This record gives sequence, C-alpha cells and structure tokens, in this order.
Amino acid sequence: MNVGLEHYLTVSAMLFCLGLLGVILRRNVLVIYMSLELMLNAANLALVAFSRFNENLTGQMMVFFIITVAAAEVAVGLALIVALYRKRQSAHVEDLTSLKL
Amino acid sequence: MEPTLSPAGYAALTILLLPLAAALVIGLCPRRDPERSANLSIGAIALGFILSLGLFFFAGDKAQETNFSWLSVGDLHVSFGLLLDPLSKLMLLVVTGVGLMIHIYSRGYLHGDRSFSRYFASLSLFTFSMLGIVLANNLFMMFVFWELVGVSSYLLIGFWFEKNSAADAAKKAFLTNRVGDFGFILGIILTWAALGSVNFTELASAVELGGRLADKSVGFSLLAEPLGKIAGGTHWWIVHPNVLVTLVGLLLFMGAMGKSAQFPLHVWLPDAMEGPTPVSALIHAATMVAAGVFMLCRIFFLLEIPGSHALEFIAWTGAVTALLAALMALQQNDIKRILAYSTLSQLGYMVMAVGLHAPGPAMFHLTTHAAFKALLFLGAGSVILACHHEQNIWKMGGLRDAMPRTWWTFRWGTLALCGVWPFAGFFSKDAILASALEHNNIPLFVLGVFVAGLTTFYMSRLVLVAFCGNARSEEASHAHESPGVMTWPLVLLAVPTLLAGAIGLDAYIDKVLPSEHPPHNEGFLNNLFAPFNHNILAAGFGLLAVVAGYQLARALYVNADRDRLPEKIGVLAKLARDRFYFDELYEWFISVTQETLARVADWFDRWIIAGLLVRGAHGTTELVGRVLRLVQTGSLQTYAFLFAAGVVLVLAWQLLGKGGGH
Repeated sequence: MNVGLEHYLTVSAMLFCLGLLGVILRRNVLVIYMSLELMLNAANLALVAFSRFNENLTGQMMVFFIITVAAAEVAVGLALIVALYRKRQSAHVEDLTSLKL
Repeated sequence: MEPTLSPAGYAALTILLLPLAAALVIGLCPRRDPERSANLSIGAIALGFILSLGLFFFAGDKAQETNFSWLSVGDLHVSFGLLLDPLSKLMLLVVTGVGLMIHIYSRGYLHGDRSFSRYFASLSLFTFSMLGIVLANNLFMMFVFWELVGVSSYLLIGFWFEKNSAADAAKKAFLTNRVGDFGFILGIILTWAALGSVNFTELASAVELGGRLADKSVGFSLLAEPLGKIAGGTHWWIVHPNVLVTLVGLLLFMGAMGKSAQFPLHVWLPDAMEGPTPVSALIHAATMVAAGVFMLCRIFFLLEIPGSHALEFIAWTGAVTALLAALMALQQNDIKRILAYSTLSQLGYMVMAVGLHAPGPAMFHLTTHAAFKALLFLGAGSVILACHHEQNIWKMGGLRDAMPRTWWTFRWGTLALCGVWPFAGFFSKDAILASALEHNNIPLFVLGVFVAGLTTFYMSRLVLVAFCGNARSEEASHAHESPGVMTWPLVLLAVPTLLAGAIGLDAYIDKVLPSEHPPHNEGFLNNLFAPFNHNILAAGFGLLAVVAGYQLARALYVNADRDRLPEKIGVLAKLARDRFYFDELYEWFISVTQETLARVADWFDRWIIAGLLVRGAHGTTELVGRVLRLVQTGSLQTYAFLFAAGVVLVLAWQLLGKGGGH
C-alpha cells in the first residue's frame, strides 16, 4: 500500500481532534496539558508531511521552532500546575473558578 | 474708502462722541464725585448744543455724508457714516436742546441721590445713542444705535431698581421693544435683499431709478427681480412686488411701533413713568419715542413706493393709538401717567401724519411736541418734588399761588399741547389735520379733531384739579416753588413752546421732506395767520374742539373734590381707568403661551429626554450586561469548547460557503 499525504493528514487530524476532546472533556489540569501537547504534535505531523511532499524544508524549520517553544512552555506550564496544586491541594478544573463572579 | 471729513462732518462727529466720552469718564472713573460727573455730562451736551446750533444755521442745506467702512460680508457692506441733512440737523437741535435743559434740571431734581453719578453716566450714554440714530446714514447703523437707546432707556427707567415696580417697568419696556425690533431687523434684511443696499442715499436713488423704469400702475418691478435671490437663486417663490414693498414697509414700521409706543405695543410707555421724572421728560416725551417717527420720516421714500399699502396701515395705527391713549388719559389720576398717555396720543398723531403722506407735518409736530412735552414733564417733576413725591392729582390743588413759575410755564405747555393759537402745538396739529383734509380722509380728520377735544379735556382736568381750587392734602398746602436750577429750564423751554410754531420750521422741514403744498416762510407775523389762510376748515375745527373740551372740563372740574366723570359716562370710564385691559390681556396671553410651552417642554423632558434617552440607554446597557453575564461560566473548558466550535463554524462557513458559491 502506498502511503500518501492524505494518510498523514488524516492521522494528524485525528490526533488533533483527540487532543481537543481531551482539553474540553477531561477534568484534570495535568491531562488537559498533555492533550494540548498532543494537539501541538498533530500540527507538527501535518507540517512535516507537507514538507516531505512539497520537497522543501520550510515546514520542518517551523516544526523545530514549535518543539522548542513547546519545551519552554511545558517547563513554565508544569511549574504553574505544581504551584497551583501546592496552593489548592487540587488539580481539578472545577475547583479553579475564582475568576467567576 | 478713505474717510474725508468736512468741517461740518467733524462737528457732527464731535457732537456724537462727546456724550460717549462723558459717559465713559463718569462710568469708569473709580472715584465718583457727583458734582464733577454732573458738570461733565452737562458740559458735553451743552457743547453739542452749541455745535448743533452752528450746523443748523451755517452748514447749508446740502446733504453731507461721511462714510467709514465698517464691515463687509459678501454683498453686504455696512459703513459707519454720518448723514447731515436738514432732517438730521433739526433733530440734532431738538435732542441736544431739550436734552440740555433736562440735564440741567436733573441736577436739581436728583440732588442728593445716592447714585447721582450713575444717573448722569446713563443719561450721557442715552444722549450718545440717540444722536447716533439721528446721524446714522444707513439702516444697520441706525439699528445698532436703536438697540443702544433701548439699553440706556432700560438703565434709566430702572434707575431706582430697588423699587420692584421700577425694575419691572424697565424689563417691560425692554421686552416690548424687542418685539418691535425683531420686525425692524427683518425689515432691514428684506430691504437689503430687495434693493441691495442699506444706505439711505443709495436706497433713495435706487427707489427713484426703479420708479422711473417701472410702470407705476403695476408696481415696483425692480424689486421683483432680486426676489429670486432671496429664494436661493430660483424663482420658485414669486411674490407680487406690491406685497413685497408693503411687507418691507410694515416690518420697518414695526420698529417704530415699538420705540414710538404705537398700539398694540404701547403698553410699556405708561409703566416707564417709574423712572425719574427728568428721564420721562427726555426719553418718553422728547427724544426716544420720537425716534420711531424720525425713522419713518427717514425712510419715507420706501413707504411711498407706488403699490405699497403700508401707509394706510400706518395711518390707522396712529389714529387708533391717538384715540385709545386719549381715552385712557381721561381717567388717570397720576400726573405723570396722564402726561404719558398724552404722549402716546400725540405720537399717534405724528404716525398718522406719516401715514397720510405728510411726513413734514409729522416732523413739525415732533419738534414742537418735544419742547412743550418736555416742559410739561419737567413741570410735573417740579410739582411732584414740591408735594414730597405725591403724584396723585386729587391730593394736590391750589398750587398756582405756591408755585408761580411752575404754574405759568405748565399752563403754557398745556395750551400748546391742546393746540391753542398762537402756541406752537396749534400750528403743528393744524398741519396734520389739514393734511388729513387734503387727502379727503374724512374719518381720520374727524378722529383727529375728536382726539384734540379729548386732549383739551384731560389736560384741563389735570390743570384745574392740580393747580386750581383748594389744597386737598397736607403736602399740597405746604408746597413751595422749586429752586432756580429747576425752574430756569422750564422758562427756557417755554420760549419755543410759544414761538416754535411760527418761525418757519415747517418750511425748513419741507426742504428735505417736500409736501404737495409747500409751506412758505413769510416772516413771523404772516406765519402766525398762515393756518387760517391755508385751510380755515382744519384750523376752525381744531379750535372748536379745544373750546368744547375746555368747557366740558370746566363744568366738571372747577373746584371739584372728586371725579364726577364716571357718573356721566359709566362703563367707558371704568374701561379707560383700567387701560382697556391691554395689560391683563397680554398677561393672560403670555401666561397661557408660556404655560403651554412649559407643559410641552416638561413632558418632553420627562418622557423623551429623561425617560427614553437617558433611562433607555442606561436600561438597555444593564439588561444586555445581565444577559451576557450568564455566558461567563468561569469554566475554562467551556471557553475552550466555544472557541473550538467558533473556529469550526467559521471554517465551515468559509469552505462550504465558497464551495457553494461556485
């Protein structure tokens, strides 16, 4: 079987949707965070696929940047979550409603 | 334009500016010395009087004009200019001459008043404004000074503003005059739009030119063309030229109606008697109220354009004013109010004369009236002061022995006002009656004669009650003659009261306001008998009315202790005493309109502004806020879901919509 661009894009879309569902439905902040990462990587997959099939490296360049930024983001985000957990003794989004009136 | 001033022009400018300078110096000087302010004010007008005399006798009859460009807006050029012709020179003489006497008299009358300096500052300001009207060479400048006269008369009527009645009278005079001035400025604008100028000389030549070009039977077709300009370049609004010229005349006349207190704007003049008596003499007898008549004479050429019907209206307004005012004067008991109504009545005569195509006799009567009415008012002031500010004639009596000088001069003034030969009033009144006869206007002639009879009646009543008989109050029995500073002006004014009729003033006026039967100056003695030669009917009826009026008054009021007239004429007396309920009518009208307007405004404010706009805006915002707050759940995931759903929707709309568009 010949693997074409559409196969990669389909996998990427499925990963993205899974990530989105995770973000929307899960209650644990840590899991939501992992779902976010999944969405980022879905985008990465699509970009790499485009790069491969268009035969230029622009897409891969972008992926490197995304990975770098995501790494920094994870560091900051995880630190925030840990701090939050220490303060509230909870990592559930339902408990985090102090912005609501 | 480079102003070039002849010596006469310099003199006129000096006459005009001297009182202004006096008013400014008195008004702005921080340390007010009463004596010095009075001297300054009197000095300014005395110098003006001397210069006016010089102009009158030595400047020649040719009209001289001086123009300073003042402002230009588009086609409208307004200049500050002085026009010296026989009309303005005569009026200068009247204003400065009578004014000088009154200034001197005021020094005695207001001696010791707290606001002595303020009085003289206002008086000088008034003189300046009045001279401005007289010398103005165009309608706009005249309007500016017209308003200045209004302001200064407001200041003078309300001079004793601590008294509520004086403050109210000042406001009433000012507001009533506004009504007239509104018409006046509309008239000026319409004149400019129709004839393209506001300068009297240019207007006169434009009218003359148009009169030559146009078919006189149709009307004044020069005016029809620029009418398109008023309507904005198109001829969609076509007014018959006759309607236009009549409208111009009537609107300009409205100004005169306000200033000269013609019916139905006459209500302010009697109330204006709240001011000091010399002010009544200056403003409400000799000068300010004469401004309206003077203005009508100035613009007479506009009124007599063929096709205009304004003059008929003017004549009847004057006649109605003369009659109503004379009737109201019958039942007044306040000495100044009687004189005020008689002023109204005489102004009615003058306006009627203008309406009868006879501006010459109108100016003539204005001149003589200025002298004898100022005399009468000053005499009344002398009486009032002698009786310790008692103005009711029924509390006077027997003053003839106590105040010989006042009595003699007051009697002369009365004889002149009634029109007794050979006093000045006889000649001018006769000229007016004669012009009514010449125009075959029998109703107006009869009315004029009847009013002459009424005049004699109420003036005889005043004299018989106040001066003759026995004293009816403590004050009157202790009355004594006023000081010389007050009686000498009376004596000086008595001279023109006796002589002004026959010295050829009418022939002088005829130089600028030509009439159909020009009066000739044939020497004093011939002039004395000229009215009888000229029109025996008018003179005869006039004198007959005087005799009848006097006999009636004598029957009723010699040694009377109360007024027996109401028993004789019943309800008319009550109507006359209550001034035909004009004040009540106006009060009712104003309160009704004001009340309605206030109700509408209140409703609008309460429901539209406060209700709909203010509360509506606030309510809508709050309601929307309350609804939108429900959307803010505070749950991060809801936001994320809505965000994603939004993205999906936009994508679907973009992709599917585009696809569907093909």
